Amino acid sequence: MNMDVRPSFLLDGEEIPFEPGQTVIQAALTAGHYIPHLCYHPEFVPHGSCKLCTVKANGRPAAACTLPAQAGLEVESETEELNDLRRTLVQMLFAEGNHFCPACEKSGNCVLQALGYDLGVMTAGFRHFFLDRPVDASHPDILLDFNRCVLCKLCVRASEEVDGKGVFSLAGRGISRRLIVSAESGRLADTDIAVTDKAVEVCPVGVIIRKHIGFQTPIGRRRYDVRPISAQALEDAPRKPEARHG
Amino acid sequence: MAEAGKLRVATTSLAGCFGCHMSLLDIDERLFALLEKVEFDRTPLTDIKHCGPCDIGIIEGGVCNAENVEVLREFRKNCKILIAMGACAVTGGLPAQRNHLDLGACLQEVYLTEPGLVNGQIPNDPELPLPLDQVHPLHEVVKVDYFIPGCPPSADAIWKFLTDLIAGRTPRLGHGLIEYD
Ligand code: SF4
Ligand code: SF4
Ligand code: FES
Repeated sequence: MNMDVRPSFLLDGEEIPFEPGQTVIQAALTAGHYIPHLCYHPEFVPHGSCKLCTVKANGRPAAACTLPAQAGLEVESETEELNDLRRTLVQMLFAEGNHFCPACEKSGNCVLQALGYDLGVMTAGFRHFFLDRPVDASHPDILLDFNRCVLCKLCVRASEEVDGKGVFSLAGRGISRRLIVSAESGRLADTDIAVTDKAVEVCPVGVIIRKHIGFQTPIGRRRYDVRPISAQALEDAPRKPEARHG
Repeated sequence: MAEAGKLRVATTSLAGCFGCHMSLLDIDERLFALLEKVEFDRTPLTDIKHCGPCDIGIIEGGVCNAENVEVLREFRKNCKILIAMGACAVTGGLPAQRNHLDLGACLQEVYLTEPGLVNGQIPNDPELPLPLDQVHPLHEVVKVDYFIPGCPPSADAIWKFLTDLIAGRTPRLGHGLIEYD
């Protein structure tokens, strides 16, 4: 007898049950279905900025991380069309930063890179900007490499909501949007950030880097070397409707 | 002319470090299996200086000087299928890390003002190809048919790619074979 009386929607033809209040991505991940995402993090209120999680809901594009689950909704995600759009988004993020993976300590643990691998991004697609963005190495335990920021705002959210500090913010609009440090000098050393802060842990790419660990875990044995992000994200997904910060 | 039934393959390194060629050689004894299907035209392995008509051209390295442009065009003219192999060919890679710098300032610093230099001078032998102001990935200069990312791509990635291609399949690198580092 089916005791599951929860409402459900269809994702790529499969029935996904949900709890009222869940978003499409939360319900999907909980039910063991991956939808690519970058700025969404199960512990934080969705930000909806990267658009990697774009699905078609009843034929219309929507961000799965902000779209409330509704009974009877028909959602498409694993289609060539949507994955093509996602590949283009990944290429644009690579183009507007400086992502030289062979020299990046985050390589193998990086969500942007892992999305590129999993989606099969084989080429640059766009002319890279090659911006000149000096790094901030002022802090004894934490390196800040602005070249790799994808503007997901996770560090901003974590620093405010979990660490209670407000070390980071995003300034500017459009193409001049950038990460800044909330100190008069603009230097990380002049903030009260600590290496144990959630803000340090949460950065999905190689911007906020813990010093002194470097390549302790060698390339080839890192998170997304072991399994693709589509499998890892399901492993990380809360099995129950989420507990979240904020 | 290609031996009957064999594909003719040319390879070269432009603004690269030969690491991708080393990775190609890393397929080890699988080279014998490869040589049953292909024969080499211009490549660092044969020392043939110019590329003749080929089925497949494989290029390591991006484009950083005038000679690179010429060689790349020679490959494109002669090869039915052109493959960009490795990070430098695909995105510009390490040499492109100079792209945000002014070329003149770069040459000044390396050859004239760098501490420890004595009687430095900027090389100006007419035999030396002129550097371009920026380093470009191959596809910004000619049409490229396939890309194999990686710095370098692993031997297994190169092997999978080539065996797919030679067998007439669309090359697909799955988990563990697509790598950017
Ligand atoms: S942040 Fe990620 S994508 Fe960017 S260079 Fe580092 S590993 Fe590569
Ligand atoms: S520093 Fe990291 S966590 Fe913060 S906005 Fe940039 S990519 Fe996101
Ligand atoms: S994950 Fe939904 S918009 Fe970024």
